[in-house]
Amino acid sequence: MSTTLPRWIDIGVLPLLNILAAFIVSGIIIAIIGENPFTALGVMLKGAFVYKGALGYTLFYTTNFIFTGLAVAVAFHATLFNIGGEGQAMMGGLGIGLLVLALDAVVPAFLLIMLAIPVSALMGAAWGAVPGYLQAKRGSHVVITTIMFNFIASSIMVWLLAGTLMEQGQMAPETRDFAEGVGLFKFHEIAGMMGIKVARSPLNLSFVIALIAAFGVWVLIWRTRLGYVIRATGHSEKAAVYAGHSPQRIIIITMAISGGLAGMMALNEILGVQHKLILDFTSGFGFTGIAVALMGRNHPVGIIFASLLFGALYQGGAELDFEFQTITREMVLMIQGLIILFSGALVYMFNPMVERLYHRIVGPEKGAA
Amino acid sequence: MTKFIKMLAAGIGAMAMMIGAAVADIKPAVVYDMGGKFDKSFNEGVWNGVKKFTEETGIEVMEFEVTNPNQREQAMQRMAERGATIVLGVGFAQADAIAKVAAEYPDVQFSIIDVGWLDAPNLRQYVFKEHEGSYLVGVAAAMASKSGKVGFIGGMDIPLISKFACGYVGGVKSVNAGATVYQNMTGTTPSAWNDPAKGAELTKSQIDRGADVVYHAAGGTGMGVIQAAADAGKLAIGVDSNQNGIAPGSVLTSMLKRVDVAAYETFMDAKNGSFSAGLHTLGVAEGGVDWALDDNNASLVSAEMKAAIEQARADILSGKVTVHNFESDSNCPY
Repeated sequence: MSTTLPRWIDIGVLPLLNILAAFIVSGIIIAIIGENPFTALGVMLKGAFVYKGALGYTLFYTTNFIFTGLAVAVAFHATLFNIGGEGQAMMGGLGIGLLVLALDAVVPAFLLIMLAIPVSALMGAAWGAVPGYLQAKRGSHVVITTIMFNFIASSIMVWLLAGTLMEQGQMAPETRDFAEGVGLFKFHEIAGMMGIKVARSPLNLSFVIALIAAFGVWVLIWRTRLGYVIRATGHSEKAAVYAGHSPQRIIIITMAISGGLAGMMALNEILGVQHKLILDFTSGFGFTGIAVALMGRNHPVGIIFASLLFGALYQGGAELDFEFQTITREMVLMIQGLIILFSGALVYMFNPMVERLYHRIVGPEKGAA
Repeated sequence: MTKFIKMLAAGIGAMAMMIGAAVADIKPAVVYDMGGKFDKSFNEGVWNGVKKFTEETGIEVMEFEVTNPNQREQAMQRMAERGATIVLGVGFAQADAIAKVAAEYPDVQFSIIDVGWLDAPNLRQYVFKEHEGSYLVGVAAAMASKSGKVGFIGGMDIPLISKFACGYVGGVKSVNAGATVYQNMTGTTPSAWNDPAKGAELTKSQIDRGADVVYHAAGGTGMGVIQAAADAGKLAIGVDSNQNGIAPGSVLTSMLKRVDVAAYETFMDAKNGSFSAGLHTLGVAEGGVDWALDDNNASLVSAEMKAAIEQARADILSGKVTVHNFESDSNCPY
């Protein structure tokens, strides 16, 4: 999206304005149902950062959002809209599940974990590459196919988890537990080993992997040939062709990378916390990744901050449900929805206004400085 | 004089302790599962029990509805952190979470419904003898059937639902040994709990084969079962809560699974200081399962039928009839 504003306004001020608008509307609604919006905000912040284990949960959710946000962002640099984060994450989880369930009796835990990381990415990548192929070679729009692939992934999961993979003798559609020790270290465990007592939370090593992935995406997009071609294809396919690149190839590769990042979300949920394959572990994180990427302006640093915001909302929002009888989980969902609406769907709403204001103050010529 | 003052002081001290124990220290909490507390079924049943407790005692109950699997453990932990003295979990999906949290907070009391395989010194578990309740409505079905053919529609194909089916068959066969019971499960996935269209389809096919009473144990899918039976002028039997009013005149009765009793009992025992850990099995004798009779189905239940059901109930109570529990050996002898 072209803008004449300096970068710090584009990536700093505008998102803050959007969040502010969302909070104001949410605050009005909270006031209407008879609660004090400032108290509610306080509860939310406390719930997200302060109480015992809260920060751990916030960062745990943040990890999910970083993976899915990065997935959307990478595709977006090639102007591809990957809405299939859910399905790709499910397949990533399925890959981990099948690998571990098949081998945990014979292969040592550490080796299995090291294998599970690339397997989750590869499964997600495969699930992203197929819609990429269909887009590149057949012209089937990737938005449609990725959505459809979410359903296919979900059906495969249901079929396997209610069938062959389901643990006998219990009711829930889930597999048996992974063997002892097959799981990523949790932060409170690591801290405990070093003699520091930290509240128990699901935060695990995936968070570090997510940060590494974010750095990797930055390197890929801005520091490599491939990244340059991805961006070139996104800006102008014809120019990329003229420069001797095959947009078809780039589309497939980009979708595979995007899918791989989404697939790694399963590391956090399956290998990090559940230690077994369960149904619906993606819980909509794949879709929220779209809003995260939009808000983070498709830049890894922006995405990390946007993920932190969404993680805090997710965790702090639950605290509202605890604290107020009047605020139910549907209310919390609505507040989160408003923030997604303002920072996602209406992301450029304030753009013209800020632009006019900025130029009135600074003058039109200095706009690009 | 000093003796008197000493006695007085001791008396006041004892009284203060008693008051402290009875009033100050109960802070109940409940964690509903993903269905939400207004799901017209399982969670809502628990909510009814919670509501009754609050109305009678004036003690507020902290509530939380989970929206993703990770929140189960988190919610229970949070409740304990917030000073809850008794935490109630709802449904078998919360078993893992409550086992972990109960071990971590040994001073807090925990209770869970529909789980019977855990073991912790501060955890009470409730299971229901659904087979006994199903037996009672099986008797009703066999009495009401003119064709000698009745149906059963289950939700997801899991042992728990086979337990319903087996008790039902037992009840039917106790009245009419030659009766035919058609059995269908809606599916093998959780979506089978919420597929009224398929429920209606299965019901129609059973009715086409001659069934004139159809019992469902299928959650939301059951709405389709009741609707299809009503449309065909046949009878349905509801489950879990009293569903007689959904299609008055077409619902013969409902098999009541009183999860509200479990919720109410848990909190009441905690309040009265009589909470104990261990497995609580609620059957006909404990008022945990029953059949529903109200204005909506009074005209469908003849005096003879009522007498037969009450007789069956009395036989179960006296031990004359033991309804087979499918879960004990994964087999149905009827």
